[in-house]
Amino acid sequence: MSELTLTVMRLGFLAVLWLFVIVAVQVIRSDLFGTRVTQRGSRRENARPQQAARQQAAAPPQQRQQSGRQRRGAPTKLVVSEGTLTGTTVALQGQTITLGRAHDSTIVLDDDYASSRHARIYPDRDGQWIVEDLGSTNGTYLDRTRLTTPTPIPLGAPIRIGKTVIELRK
Amino acid sequence: MSVVTNTTTIGAIDLPSRRNTELALLGFAVAIAVFAYANVGLAINGELPSGMLGYGLGLSLLAGVGHMAVRRYAKYADPLLLPLATLLNGVGLAFIWRLDQSERFQALKTFAPAASKQLMYSAVGVALFVAVLLLLKDHRILQRYTYISMVLALFLLVLPMFFPAVNGAKIWISLGPFSIQPGEFAKIIIAIFFSGYLMVKRDALALASRRFMGLYLPRGRDLGPILVVWAISILILVFETDLGTSLLFFGMFVVMLYVATERTSWIVFGLMMSAAGAVGVASFEPHVQQRVTAWLDPFAGWGKEAASEQIAKSLMAFGSGGTLGTGLGQGHSDLIGFAANSDFILATVGEELGLAGMMAFLLIYGLIVERGVRTALAARDPFGKLLAIGLSGAFAIQVFVVAGGVMGLIPLTGMTMPFIAQGGSSVIANWALVGILIRISDTARRPAPAPAPSPDAEMTQVVRP
Repeated sequence: MSELTLTVMRLGFLAVLWLFVIVAVQVIRSDLFGTRVTQRGSRRENARPQQAARQQAAAPPQQRQQSGRQRRGAPTKLVVSEGTLTGTTVALQGQTITLGRAHDSTIVLDDDYASSRHARIYPDRDGQWIVEDLGSTNGTYLDRTRLTTPTPIPLGAPIRIGKTVIELRK
Repeated sequence: MSVVTNTTTIGAIDLPSRRNTELALLGFAVAIAVFAYANVGLAINGELPSGMLGYGLGLSLLAGVGHMAVRRYAKYADPLLLPLATLLNGVGLAFIWRLDQSERFQALKTFAPAASKQLMYSAVGVALFVAVLLLLKDHRILQRYTYISMVLALFLLVLPMFFPAVNGAKIWISLGPFSIQPGEFAKIIIAIFFSGYLMVKRDALALASRRFMGLYLPRGRDLGPILVVWAISILILVFETDLGTSLLFFGMFVVMLYVATERTSWIVFGLMMSAAGAVGVASFEPHVQQRVTAWLDPFAGWGKEAASEQIAKSLMAFGSGGTLGTGLGQGHSDLIGFAANSDFILATVGEELGLAGMMAFLLIYGLIVERGVRTALAARDPFGKLLAIGLSGAFAIQVFVVAGGVMGLIPLTGMTMPFIAQGGSSVIANWALVGILIRISDTARRPAPAPAPSPDAEMTQVVRP
């Protein structure tokens, strides 16, 4: 065997060994499962859609007509805009989101005015997101109206639970 | 608007099983091992080794069987443990085969070709790994056997006392043609006892204590368990003259005690007690004394004392390896002679792969330990947490004790490097250890079952204003 071949193999083996270590570390990095933490945008950006939301909320019937398959205007995330959890977002992927003080809620509200199982938000068959009050003491408000039946949520309309305000965003 | 800003985003809770990642990494690991094998053959004989195909297929088969078992019985298990163990085992086989090829090594009286035997032991190890996954559906079952495992582990630890010493240490029992190192199996069984015991007693050990100089001093009667374990490790040291098992046994208990109680004082006590015990025993036990002198000045015993000469030669092997090593099959670590392929195999790694390769190996060991600790963090039940921490702690202590001994950092103890070193008991026991870790990590990473609905909760919970 020529000296050169052996040298190349020697360095090649070390390189491959380290590549394995690096790949393994990459796997660990991508393996941090559970809650995915992302930085949210600045607060100013946060506030703007809220105003737009108020305007949009004025015309909910228009939105309801669009229900059906995943529309372009479908919300992709739920954002807590006021209260102790301000800034928390949950990706909307067809799962039911429960809100309340109970520990197994999707969003655990640390809010004295919330019931342990306060409300839930879920998509109906058409993909329209619905909010339903689960018999809470203080009630769930969509904008200014207290909910009595499951109600579709217009994009950006504030859902108020105690001191917490939640809205759906694109 | 609240001042508190929270930047958490809760992503979709959809856990991937990551089995394909594991498969890809396994393929990579087997390829590296075959590369090492081919490299040794080219360097020593100038041609690709004839057994390369068989070796590659054998290792792939082992890896494949392990992978299929994980895929079938532990779907959500950690994707890294199996590939890391396979890599160490595969490259270790290549190193053992490399020492088999050495003429100097063949001339030894004790020589017997070890590579094919080791491949067979690895197969037994993987079989045990599969058996663990197959039979142990839930690691919490082990909790039932807390005290039985204590008796069994003590029995295994005491057993070698009644067999003749091999090379100064009584760590072997011989059954006909086979000799077994029961200490390797005892470390797994004792971890089960420690976790079961500490899970029940942790509160008493953690809370009943007085604060003194920033340390929580436990009450006198709570010192009982640590004193008993300490006494047993001292007895092992005295009667079996086996520093490694003694250190592993006591170190594991201290680690688990610390994790269970979160009291730093246990670590302080543990270190003081092990130092006192080691110094005390070294003052009258000649075998231990000899190891300590060999460690303090390995070169002084050159030509006189085989034990210190071996350490000196191992240090020289590391030195001649340098940063990038001499290349596989081109070192002279076979000069170490006896035990070059078991206790001293790291010297071969250090010489032929250099500091760079040595670091990679230590990192791979570190990653296995990290995955174990991660499993402990993710585990939902306290018994699983303690067991995972105990097993990975034992693994870490063993790597430290062996690597430290070979490199001259601490006195040499006569334990084997997990997975790399030649030795059936070690490789089999460590595959079982990885099997249990995979079982715990599968349970830990499995998506949580839906919480049971409690219809009364709504009515009984007092809702504030």
